[in-house]
Amino acid sequence: MLETDAGSGPAGVGEALPPVTLAVHDLAKRYGQRGIFRGVSFTLQPGQSLAITGRNGSGKSTLVRILCGLLRPSAGTVAYHLGERPATPRERRGLIGLVAPDLILYEELSALENLRFFARVRGLQRSAAALEALLAEVGLEGRGADLVGTFSSGMRQRLKYAYALLHRPPVLFLDEPTANLDEAGVAMARACIARQRATGILVIATNDHEELQFGDRILRLGG
Amino acid sequence: MTTKSCSSATASSGWVGEAGAVFWKDLRAELRSRYALNAMAIFAVTTLVVVSFSLGPQALPPPAVAALLWVVLFFAAIASLSRVFLREEEAHTAAALRLAAEPVHVYLGKLLFNLVLLLALDVLLVPLFLALMQARSGNLWLLALVLLLGSVGLAGATTIVAALIAKAAARGALFGGLAFPLLLPLLLAAVSGTRRALEGASCAAAGAELRLLVSFAVVMITASILLFEYVWSE
Repeated sequence: MLETDAGSGPAGVGEALPPVTLAVHDLAKRYGQRGIFRGVSFTLQPGQSLAITGRNGSGKSTLVRILCGLLRPSAGTVAYHLGERPATPRERRGLIGLVAPDLILYEELSALENLRFFARVRGLQRSAAALEALLAEVGLEGRGADLVGTFSSGMRQRLKYAYALLHRPPVLFLDEPTANLDEAGVAMARACIARQRATGILVIATNDHEELQFGDRILRLGG
Repeated sequence: MTTKSCSSATASSGWVGEAGAVFWKDLRAELRSRYALNAMAIFAVTTLVVVSFSLGPQALPPPAVAALLWVVLFFAAIASLSRVFLREEEAHTAAALRLAAEPVHVYLGKLLFNLVLLLALDVLLVPLFLALMQARSGNLWLLALVLLLGSVGLAGATTIVAALIAKAAARGALFGGLAFPLLLPLLLAAVSGTRRALEGASCAAAGAELRLLVSFAVVMITASILLFEYVWSE
């Protein structure tokens, strides 16, 4: 696990958060006249996971973007609760981690510069050693100084895991979690999935039958 | 069950640190890619050369010099300052930023970046422009003050317009079309203030222009801070 710099974090770092609940009610998305999905409802609590599947264009990635707050739904609600109370927008940002194909990190910056930047905008202080440890955890040890623009697609996918895990989010969304990864990368992703299933909320969007088993529940879109 | 997190959803290192991180990220990326710098430099140099060659040895009166200077600054800003959000959308990095950063910190960081870019343009372009126009500033302090306040207002307005048009299809035309009417009061005050500075008027004599420039910047930046979250959310 990534070490947290003792005493270097902002107030509240390491504090126990109340249990997080993700409650989705009657969610629908349409683009113009074309309905993508509707009537999606579920509730997830720590230790629970959901696998979203469906044919291409059924709205898996769209649903993940809506759950992360990156896209507005056409109808329905997505609510994050900390204990009994709803999370504020800032708290919500701290709760969510995302790995997705359309999530791109800065190519002009090195891997370490990317992580340092995202740590700072999240109000976290992370030493170079802690960031290097995170890179090592995703299999990018020794590549921290390299520009992301020079990375292969598999290395970029690994860096997305580092970005998503930077703040150890209680809710982790993985859209096509093993895309572009080699065997070692898939093992890293599965270790991450296993950890998240044990401690937090996990949502996976995939069409891979092996990955579907990581969901306690399966949500099939488009049919 | 209680979730132990290394992060804190409520943690904060202060808006200065977080907006500063956005600024330094943009500055570092810009120094490596030079998208905005190149666009700005090419436009400014081209305009300067065209104007100076067309006028020849003829010296223009202060009102014409002031107007030309702000035309060049305005179009150089149009050519480059919209990049600050366009780059995030085109490179698909906006989602990662939206997920991690407080919207107001994104705006402030990008505003600061655009302001630094504009001030750098002022420092490089204005002396060259005045030399080529064979103009002298009668009140250098007033000229510097007008340029500073004008640049703050220009950066404030262009940053929010850049965020507005970043996801639109016809971005180039939209940016100029939206920014120009918004910036008209600022440009008129800046041209008038610059004219007074070239004529050697005192700061007190340019009080009306300076007040308008300050008001414009305060109103524009305050409104942008209040509205940015709605503009930035997809």
